[in-house]
Amino acid sequence: MQMPMALIVLAASVLAAAPPASAFCGFYVAKADAKLFNRSSKVVVARKDERTVVTMASDYQGDPKEFALIVPVPTVVSRDQIRITENSLIDQLDAFTAPRLVEYFDHDPCAYQTAAGSNFGLLYAMGVAARDAALLPPARRAEALGIKIEAQYTVGEYDILILSAKQSDGLSTWLTEEGYRIPAGAAPVLGSYIKQGMKFFVAKVNLKERDRLGFQYLRPIQVTYDTHKFMLPIRLGTVNADGAQDMVVLLLTANGRVETTNYRTQRIPSNVALPSFAKEEFGSIYKAVFDTQVQKDGMKAVYLEYAWNVAWCDPCAADPIPNDKLAELGAFWLANPSPAPSAGPAGIQRVPGRTMLTRAGNAFITRLHVRYDAQNFPEDLMFQETADTTTFQGRYVLHHPFKGPVSCSNGEEYRKLLGIRRTLEAEGLARLTGWELPAIADKMKKASQPIEARPGQP
Amino acid sequence: MRDPRWWQIFSLALLLGYGWWALDFDQPLLGVAAILICGLVAQWVGSKWAAVTAYDPRSALISALSLCLLLRSDDVLILACASVLAIASKFLIRWNGKHVFNPTNFAIGVMLLTGAAWISPAQWGSRTWSAFLFASLAGLVLNRAKRADIALAFLSTFLGILLARALYLGDPWAIPLKQMQSGALLLFAFFMISDPKTTPDRRSIRIAYGVLVAVVAGYLQFVEYRPQALIYALFFTSPIVPLLDRLYPVSQERRYLWANPTV
Repeated sequence: MQMPMALIVLAASVLAAAPPASAFCGFYVAKADAKLFNRSSKVVVARKDERTVVTMASDYQGDPKEFALIVPVPTVVSRDQIRITENSLIDQLDAFTAPRLVEYFDHDPCAYQTAAGSNFGLLYAMGVAARDAALLPPARRAEALGIKIEAQYTVGEYDILILSAKQSDGLSTWLTEEGYRIPAGAAPVLGSYIKQGMKFFVAKVNLKERDRLGFQYLRPIQVTYDTHKFMLPIRLGTVNADGAQDMVVLLLTANGRVETTNYRTQRIPSNVALPSFAKEEFGSIYKAVFDTQVQKDGMKAVYLEYAWNVAWCDPCAADPIPNDKLAELGAFWLANPSPAPSAGPAGIQRVPGRTMLTRAGNAFITRLHVRYDAQNFPEDLMFQETADTTTFQGRYVLHHPFKGPVSCSNGEEYRKLLGIRRTLEAEGLARLTGWELPAIADKMKKASQPIEARPGQP
Repeated sequence: MRDPRWWQIFSLALLLGYGWWALDFDQPLLGVAAILICGLVAQWVGSKWAAVTAYDPRSALISALSLCLLLRSDDVLILACASVLAIASKFLIRWNGKHVFNPTNFAIGVMLLTGAAWISPAQWGSRTWSAFLFASLAGLVLNRAKRADIALAFLSTFLGILLARALYLGDPWAIPLKQMQSGALLLFAFFMISDPKTTPDRRSIRIAYGVLVAVVAGYLQFVEYRPQALIYALFFTSPIVPLLDRLYPVSQERRYLWANPTV
């Protein structure tokens, strides 16, 4: 009996939209190689209506005296619009949304009973958005250079200045005189921001406060403002930068997926079966997947790595993040949701197939990963929130062959299929990473998964 | 093939195919089917209702294909509604024998304002060759549609705004250049604003109108930071076209008519 055409179309599009919903009762294996991508940074942007909360992570390892951050902001920000938060929160969101490796174990081809297990590795990117150092800022010289110190605060371990300027030369001169090392070529970019009415958020470490607070690392700075401009300024970071940089932007919104409007946003290749040695090398494999994709697109696109409602995940690379933590990461609309009368305390509920957050608020996470340089990304990243709630994740799959004795006629069939599957896995990996097929075959052989399935040994 | 609309249909279908295969457009087959079928059915119903002599699918196909190219939603029902809305606007929002809104622009404008659906202005990427592809295809259409004036007036003004802005801000030329190499911009200029049914009748006024749309688009994009500036600019200025036609009329013979006048 033939299926009517419309039905086939429907089935195909449903399959394309949703990940296979096989039963996941599993456990989680972290493989979080820090600094997988060199020269990378991590930003969380939460936005609802015009209110925007930007949290900038820093894994700056150098002398804190040397640390400074200069970010163009659309408005003057007041003291209560600046917060210092925790790296662990951002790391949690990063881990939760990172591309993941999913493991499946083949069932005994001779048995009817099914038993599945799974675990997942993950990787993530992190980094620093550091500028250089400064001494103390007196205000008199500033005025002469057309600079207005709009505000000056000490928040946590940081001294923060909000500057507005009349012209770029004045600003770069003042910053240089104050000991900030402004890269050559930054003046025109500063000038462009000045003319667009942007202010400058300048932060450096207050060593006394830092010692008093006793933090050994720099905590993320969070800034809130109301603006039409849904954007991230990247241009200052590309001035004089030596080669491309990576940035992971984690966006929290009330309705749906976020995409860039001035650069193409495209999905990272996903749902690809990989040879089993990928488990040990998933970090370097994903890095190669990303490198290959960037190269293929001529470094012209922004990549979607994750798009999902915050309330659940399947499979989960980390536990869902509760409302209060998301609110701390900027999702202010989740801060005090009116509790449902019957609901108990917020918690995590595990049912076959998914892990859910009970009493979750309404928020959507988009994870965008961009590799950029001045030549290919001359403009700042502009975003829009869409109504799209389709789920997407960077997901790579391992299928482990059944290891027990196989002695039925199905077993022969299974062995044959296994051979074909391994070849397809090798080809899939070669296509994704640009690695040579013989090299992959070699690794598979070392992992006792030779491409040709030998008789009697699945 | 005297009727330029066949060329438009051909170009739009080609672009849709290109977007689909080469650019991985977020438009599932089901969405395309919903938009096309609903558009054609709405046109048929509208023709019956307006008692037009014959059912002509060409204009509806153009609107529907443009919607397929531009409008995105994860809900097929919304896409279907948009398609019906586009065609219905032709029959219902009319003045002096012309419809007020470009049907595609109207449907997208309404959908964007309600937040039910979205457009992806950057979906075409910015590689030069794809811009050339657009330009040549569009040129083909224009030569036949003879409404290059408004498209060129719009494009040159908008490009002027991009360059002037870069000059004022001291930005590198790479920025306006990148902004120009936009498939969305060319698609808008050659397939939407140049719709003969919704542009002013008199040539000089048409050119002035093209300039106006570009200025409004520039304002929305660079002052208001609206990524959907082009769509909104045409959407909000369309209602003044009947007024312009009234203030600056042309003789009935010179009004633009397709080979077989329909709705």
